[in-house]
Amino acid sequence: MNAMVGETYVRRLVIFYIPLFMFVFVMLFPFAWMLITSIKPDAELYNPRISPFIVREPTLEHWESLFGTTLFIRWAINTLWVAIASTAVSLFAGVLAGYALSRLVFRGSTLFGIMIFVTYLVPPTLLFIPLTGVVTWMGLQDTTWSLIFTYPTFLVPFCTWLLMGYFQTIPKELEECARIDGATRLQAMSRIVIPLAVPGILSAGIFAFTLSWNEFLYALVFIHSPENKTIPVGVTSELIKGDVFFWGALMAGALFGSVPVAVVYSFFVEHYVSGMTGAVKG
Amino acid sequence: MAQILLKDLRKTYDQTEAVRGINLDIEHNEFVVLVGPSGCGKTTTLRMIAGLEEITDGVILIGDRVINNVPPKDRDIAMVFQNYALYPHMTVEENMSFGLRLRKVPRDEIGRRVSHAAGILNIGELLQRRPKQLSGGQRQRVAMGRAIVRNPQAFLFDEPLSNLDAKLRVQMRTEIKKIHQRVQTTVVYVTHDQVEAMTLADRIVVMNHGIIEQVGTPQEMYEAPLTRFVAGFIGSPAMNFIPCRVVNAGSGLGVRLSDDITLALPDVQADRYRGHVDRPLIFGIRPEHMTEQRQHTNAQQIDFSCTVSVLEPMGVDTMVFVEIDGTEVTARAAPRSVSPVGAEMAFTIDMNNMHLIDPETDRVI
Repeated sequence: MNAMVGETYVRRLVIFYIPLFMFVFVMLFPFAWMLITSIKPDAELYNPRISPFIVREPTLEHWESLFGTTLFIRWAINTLWVAIASTAVSLFAGVLAGYALSRLVFRGSTLFGIMIFVTYLVPPTLLFIPLTGVVTWMGLQDTTWSLIFTYPTFLVPFCTWLLMGYFQTIPKELEECARIDGATRLQAMSRIVIPLAVPGILSAGIFAFTLSWNEFLYALVFIHSPENKTIPVGVTSELIKGDVFFWGALMAGALFGSVPVAVVYSFFVEHYVSGMTGAVKG
Repeated sequence: MAQILLKDLRKTYDQTEAVRGINLDIEHNEFVVLVGPSGCGKTTTLRMIAGLEEITDGVILIGDRVINNVPPKDRDIAMVFQNYALYPHMTVEENMSFGLRLRKVPRDEIGRRVSHAAGILNIGELLQRRPKQLSGGQRQRVAMGRAIVRNPQAFLFDEPLSNLDAKLRVQMRTEIKKIHQRVQTTVVYVTHDQVEAMTLADRIVVMNHGIIEQVGTPQEMYEAPLTRFVAGFIGSPAMNFIPCRVVNAGSGLGVRLSDDITLALPDVQADRYRGHVDRPLIFGIRPEHMTEQRQHTNAQQIDFSCTVSVLEPMGVDTMVFVEIDGTEVTARAAPRSVSPVGAEMAFTIDMNNMHLIDPETDRVI
């Protein structure tokens, strides 16, 4: 970074480095806390007389109990499967709906767009009761399929709206030109619009993946058997017995559960930024 | 290669009529320019020919095929857009070959056509670049190349030069004309710039408020406009319009512009205007037909004088602004013969080139 003319080191420190440091500290502190707690022996964990930031005798016992005595690996697989499947379903629907709402003018298209948005505003805390009925009626209770079918209720509106905005930044002429060049509407969409919308589609996908990875309420309500649970539900239901919190294992599970999301983000961060800021430049 | 026929073409959006009944016969290999102010319906007409707008009423034929309900991809036309519409994720070569690849043209044929078009347009070195890496003029060429490789029945241009800077625009204008001479095709070209229309067109179509005002060769449009709109639109600087009356003056007729100025109408023209004596009319004269006082070369030239109010030197000529009875009038004079501002100056008007317009119908009499 080049210092601008007249910009002193102190000034940069105050307006740039100090705020940045505070931000990074706040963001990373929970992760550090999880790591410290997960490798502390219980004796240190519950001893108020030693500094909570220091680990004297690091141990892997919590990690061992997490992987050894609970179905954590199974939960991780379940979570991954549910997140990938519901993201795929939602992206597919979202791309088509977003394209249609941004490009095709049909009777009631605006109303339709607004109604999709309204469904997104209905909180899951209200929606889970009727959805339980639907899930039971479909005979999907206590299976991961119940989640794959219910997560799109909030993922599809989300993806649709995000992609609708993105499609609108792609000049209409590109498609018109493709159609004159000999493409059908579907070909113009698949060969021109979608390749150009990749940043937007990736952003929508990452968001949808994160939302379903972290989802708690539906997973808690629809799944009962330990072997079908997802990480958020599994960790909290199996590692909190009554009023006993297995802090070490809980933190190990939480840390492990947040890693894949961080990895996904870091992979696509560049696309993700351009997806958020939009725009295809000629 | 084909002719294009528009029969009573109309386009209505909700309540507004964008195109209100257009009849036009575009000849095989003809370069036709649709010109008019923004909102006159020229782009809508072009988009209907392309198949990008639905036709509310009327018929379009390309060749002898009615194409009203033919999707754009089957109309066998190519279009160059104002913003070029180059596909950003493809190289120049891929951009140019996109249409051919969709039509499953054999690979060696595609290569041959692309390099032929690249040769015509002088963009051979750019084939592997992406649109982002090209300058405005280069993008323009690529957009035309994409049209040329298709070898379509007709080219449609939608204000293709308006995104270029002034100098490049003039260059590309010449280029387009050259290309049309090499690649003989029917061309429909939309612009709001009358200079572009004059320089490029075989025939100009002037549109206004969704209808055609006049169709003709550039020279016809310039010399014999049919309406006040065309008279004012074609030619730069624009024609002067001065309120006037036709009066009896001596044995013949005269055009009275103000209390001081009455221009004698040549006898050859008098018959045409005899029926309009004493009606309020509009006298139209182009700046180039109102010059400094000169030796008369024909009997229709007459002299009068006015006070100079503003001077605008252009180099080859100087624009002289005078006021006649409250109307600002521009004359075009040789720089050395111009009087200073505030002084009286003598002009020669060529009555052969004047027009009288009926203000009620806005038509040239």
